[in-house]
Amino acid sequence: MKFLSDSALERLRDAAEVPDLSGTRYRLLDRIARGGMGVVFTAEDENLQRRVALKVLDVPATDGDLANRLLREARVLAALEHPGIVPVHDVGTLADGRVFYAMKFVEGKRLDKFIETVASVPDRLRIFLRICDAVAFAHARGVLHRDLKPANIMVGPFGEVLVMDWGLAKILRAGFSRGANQVDPDATVFEKPKQSASAGDATEISVVTGHGTVMGTPGYMSPEQARGDVEHLDARCDIYSLGALLRFLLTGRPEAASPSNGSRLDKSLAAICNKATADLPAERYPSVQEISLDVSRYLDGLAVGAHRESLFEKAGRFYRRYRFFILLITAYLAMRVLILLFMHR
Amino acid sequence: MNKVLLGLLLGAVLGAIDGGSAWFTPAVRAQIVGIIFGSTFKGLIAGVAAGIFARKVNSVPLGILFGLAVGFVLAFIVAYLQHGYYLEIILPGSIVGMIVGYATQRYGATPAPATH
Repeated sequence: MKFLSDSALERLRDAAEVPDLSGTRYRLLDRIARGGMGVVFTAEDENLQRRVALKVLDVPATDGDLANRLLREARVLAALEHPGIVPVHDVGTLADGRVFYAMKFVEGKRLDKFIETVASVPDRLRIFLRICDAVAFAHARGVLHRDLKPANIMVGPFGEVLVMDWGLAKILRAGFSRGANQVDPDATVFEKPKQSASAGDATEISVVTGHGTVMGTPGYMSPEQARGDVEHLDARCDIYSLGALLRFLLTGRPEAASPSNGSRLDKSLAAICNKATADLPAERYPSVQEISLDVSRYLDGLAVGAHRESLFEKAGRFYRRYRFFILLITAYLAMRVLILLFMHR
Repeated sequence: MNKVLLGLLLGAVLGAIDGGSAWFTPAVRAQIVGIIFGSTFKGLIAGVAAGIFARKVNSVPLGILFGLAVGFVLAFIVAYLQHGYYLEIILPGSIVGMIVGYATQRYGATPAPATH
């Protein structure tokens, strides 16, 4: 009996992954990534002559749970038309029976890679605000993302920020019109662990319990989400992830650093992160707009709602905000004193 | 606050303070009221000019330069009419112009575009 080598098995697996695009308007170009449900390829839309990304289900199944989930993800994306959310162009079934959807091909870098090139804190905060815009829009449409993490944010070549991978999304308002805040019974998503190139990286792994009710990514997942309390999830579970994302943008880690680590994070920003990632949902920001507003206030040199400043901190912030103006006035007064001292002796 | 109004108020206040500082010069203390009025008026003109400039040109460095130039020219005219105290009048007047030029660019509100 002859066994196949690992490389031969790998080639066979790759060959089996390649979708049959005959009868569609797409021509396969390359494989981009693998997710929990399927593989993402680049393809050329031959009618419109543009590159698209195709998310193709792993197995041929037009009416199974996985197929329904992929279709559901495509419909969620189609309902969320926003510059910060990747648009869906098409959905269908391939000749080999696999369900797919076509979306915009985003040329850019994942946030965790892109951020290495962005040194300034205000620039990082402005990126965070754009993520908040997209998530706030989804919340307004009754959709929770539930897997916000740097690997699911893309930054395009012109600085456009796109929230990707809505495979774990939960619809609060089904249809999306079954009634405000009504939980969609089909919304519970059973996510398999994602395979990634860097499996040891905690930011890359989506976790699952035996019943599949825990989904998300350690470090970015709210405590209630980690408990599998899916029925009671609301916007505040995404706010927890946004808080962890903000901390990642500022410190390179989603978790709060221990005091011994001597975190150099500004007190106001640390307070925003801590409030967003509070263990109890009631202690978090009630909406994405609120966290966004606090970050904007910080950028404008104003006091943030999450942090009560001491008089000394207020004075420091006032000085930083009006530094040049204060220097000009000081220069004027100094010059006046010098004139008095030296011109009228 | 809009740029012209901010320039007007700041120019007037700084001009009045600038004029009031003449009190420390005993030789001109008797004319202090006239000096304060004149200096306030000078500050008003510099402030309005800096405010109008800030509405047309959105640049902090150019705003500072413009304020400096206007402050210098106005202070020079005043010093010329006084036949003296050139440095004491021109130096503070120019810095007041710079302050007003900076403030109108940095802190003045841009008017909202008209809607139809």
